[in-house]
Amino acid sequence: MGIRRGHRAHPGEWLAEKFIFLVSLTAILMVFLIFAFVTREALPLITGEVSSAAVQPVIPVADMDKIPAEKLRIYLELTPSQFATMDHDTKKLLMETKVEGAQDAPDNKDAKINTIEWRYLLFPYQWSGYDKPVYIWQPVSEIKKYNIIPIVIGSIKTTLIALFFAVPLALGAAIYVSQLASPKLKEYIKPAIEMLSGIPSVVAGFFALIFMATVLQKVFGYESRLNAFVAGIALGFAIIPVVFSIAEDALTSVPRNFTQAALALGASRWQAAWQVVLPAALPGVFAAIVLGFGRAIGETMIVLMASGNASIMSGNIFDSARTITATIAAELAEAVFGGDHYRILFLIGALLFLVTFLTNMAGELVMHRLKGKLEGKK
Amino acid sequence: MAEITLPKISPTELRPLAAGAGAPLIQISDLSLYYGTSKALKNISLSLGEKVVTAFIGPSGCGKSTLLRCLNRMNDLIDNVRIEGSVTIGGHDINGDNVDVIELRKRVGMVFQKSNPFPKSIYENVAYGLRLHGVKDKSEMDGVVEQSLRGAALWDEVKDRLHSSALGLSGGQQQRLCIARAIAIRPEIILMDEPASALDPIATTRIEELILELKKEFTIVIVTHNMQQAARISDYTAFFYIGELIEFDTTTKIFTNPAKRQTEDYVTGRFG
Repeated sequence: MGIRRGHRAHPGEWLAEKFIFLVSLTAILMVFLIFAFVTREALPLITGEVSSAAVQPVIPVADMDKIPAEKLRIYLELTPSQFATMDHDTKKLLMETKVEGAQDAPDNKDAKINTIEWRYLLFPYQWSGYDKPVYIWQPVSEIKKYNIIPIVIGSIKTTLIALFFAVPLALGAAIYVSQLASPKLKEYIKPAIEMLSGIPSVVAGFFALIFMATVLQKVFGYESRLNAFVAGIALGFAIIPVVFSIAEDALTSVPRNFTQAALALGASRWQAAWQVVLPAALPGVFAAIVLGFGRAIGETMIVLMASGNASIMSGNIFDSARTITATIAAELAEAVFGGDHYRILFLIGALLFLVTFLTNMAGELVMHRLKGKLEGKK
Repeated sequence: MAEITLPKISPTELRPLAAGAGAPLIQISDLSLYYGTSKALKNISLSLGEKVVTAFIGPSGCGKSTLLRCLNRMNDLIDNVRIEGSVTIGGHDINGDNVDVIELRKRVGMVFQKSNPFPKSIYENVAYGLRLHGVKDKSEMDGVVEQSLRGAALWDEVKDRLHSSALGLSGGQQQRLCIARAIAIRPEIILMDEPASALDPIATTRIEELILELKKEFTIVIVTHNMQQAARISDYTAFFYIGELIEFDTTTKIFTNPAKRQTEDYVTGRFG
C-alpha cells in the first residue's frame, strides 16, 4: 500500500493547497488577460479596420440608407453599442459633419494615405516637404506619421547603454561580495546595493534630469543635455541592484569545494573566483542579465525624464531619444479613445510585451543548455 | 598499473624544497591551533618522512583534518584561526611572513573528502593547475594530462571522452580525476582528506592501489576513518584524540603493539 497524495489529507491543508494553486493560477491568468487586452485594442490596426488618412472617402448623406449598417458604423467610427442606441437623425448629423470635414481637408498629396499601413509603420517614406525617405514618428500633425522605428531604436539604445554600464559593475560587485569580501564587509555592502532598488524611479529620473545630465555633459561635452546616454546611465543605476542580487545569489550557491580545489592547486582567490566559480555560476549570472534587460526595456519614468524625449532617428548615443515606454506614457492620455493613435500605442505596447516575453524565453532556453553542459548532460 | 613517469613541467619549478637532505620532509613542532578561543590542536610535534604514506587516524573531531589543512595553509581561509608553533617543510617555515602561499600549495597538493572536479571537461580539470602555473604549450599540456590521468589509473576509462564534462563521471572516477588534477602540477606532498569515505568498496580498492603506486613518487599524508585502510596502505600512523597526538609510530607497531592504552582501544574498535 503506497501513500496516496492528497487522499485523506487534513481538510485545512487541502484548502490551503487549493487556495495557493488558485493564486498561482490567477497570476498566469493576469498575464494572459493583459496581453489579450493589449492585443485586442491593437487588433483593428492589423485587420485594417482603421484608417488614419487625413482625407477619408466621403459617402454622400443621401446614400445613408443604401449602405449596410455595419459599413455605416465603421464609417462613422462608432462602437456597436453606440451605433445601436443612436437615433437616425444624429447619425445623419454625423454624416454631414464628415462631409464638411472633407471640405476642410488639407491640401497635401499625402492626405489620402492611410499612414498606419505596415509599410508606413516600418519603412521610410518620402513625405511631402521632405527631400528623401525618412523614418518619422509624428502622431500629432496634419498628416499623422507613425513610423515606429525611431522609438524602437530609442528603446534599444537606452537599454543597451544601461546594460553596458550596469552589467560589468553589478557582476564585479557580485563577484567581490560573494567571493572576496570579508563576511563583515559583505554585511554592509550587500544591503547597501540592494537598497538602490528601493529608490522610486521618478526620484532616480529627477536626479538624472537635474544633476547627472549636467555633470555628464560637462565631462563628455556633447550638445544636447538630455539624451540616450544620460537616460541609459540612470537606467543602469536602476538595474544594478536587480543584476547584482541575482548574480550574487548564483555565485554564492556555487559549492565552496570548487573554490577550495582551485586554491589547493595554487590559484589566488581572484583566479578561483574568475576561472572556476564564475563559469560554474554562469546560468544564474545569465538569468540576472536577462532580468536586467527586461527591467531596463520596460522602465518608463527614468527614460521619460532623462532622455530628452525626442523621437529622432539616430544611432548616436548622444542624441536625444524617445523610448517605446515613454511614448506610451506620454501620449496615451491625449490620444483619441479608439482612434488610430490610440490603437498604435497599444500595438507598440504589445510589441514591448512580446520582446520581453521572447527574451525571457530565449534566456530560459540558453540557461537550460548551459546548465546541462555544466552537469555533463549533452 | 602503469608506471608513473610524469614529465617535468619546467626545471625551475622543481627546485628541491631545502638543502636538508636526509632530514624528515615535514617537521611539525609544538603546533597549537585555535578556532577563536577554543584550542583545536594541542602542542603537536611530529616528523614525517619522504616518500612514505602517513595516516592520521582518530575519532571525529580529534583535529586530524585540521592538522592536515595546516600543511598547505588551507586554514587561512577560515576566519578567527590562530596558529602557534611551527610547521617546516624541507626546513622552511611555511607560516613565515615571506612564504608564497601559492608556491606552497603547488608543492603540497590536496585531495578532498568529497570529490570536487570543476564543472569543466575532464581535460580542463587536469590542465587547470598547469594553466595556473603558466604552461601554455599545447603538446606539453596534452602530455602532462595523459600522464596524470594514467598516473591516477583513469586514462583507459576516459581517453575517448576527454572533452566531455567531468561531472558525468562516477563518484570513484571523479575522485581519481581529482588525484590526477593534484599530481598534474607535480607536488612533492599530497594531502588526502578521507579520499575514499564517500566511495563504494570497489572504488575504494582502486584508490588504495593508486595510493600505494603514488608512494613511489610522492610523500602522502592521508586522513582516514577506516582503520583497515590505514593498516593496508600506510607506513606510519599517527593517532589523535581531542586535539592531542596520542601516539605516532610505524603502522605495524600501532596496529599490533601500541604503546598507549587509548590507541589500543581505538584500533581494536573498543571506542571511537
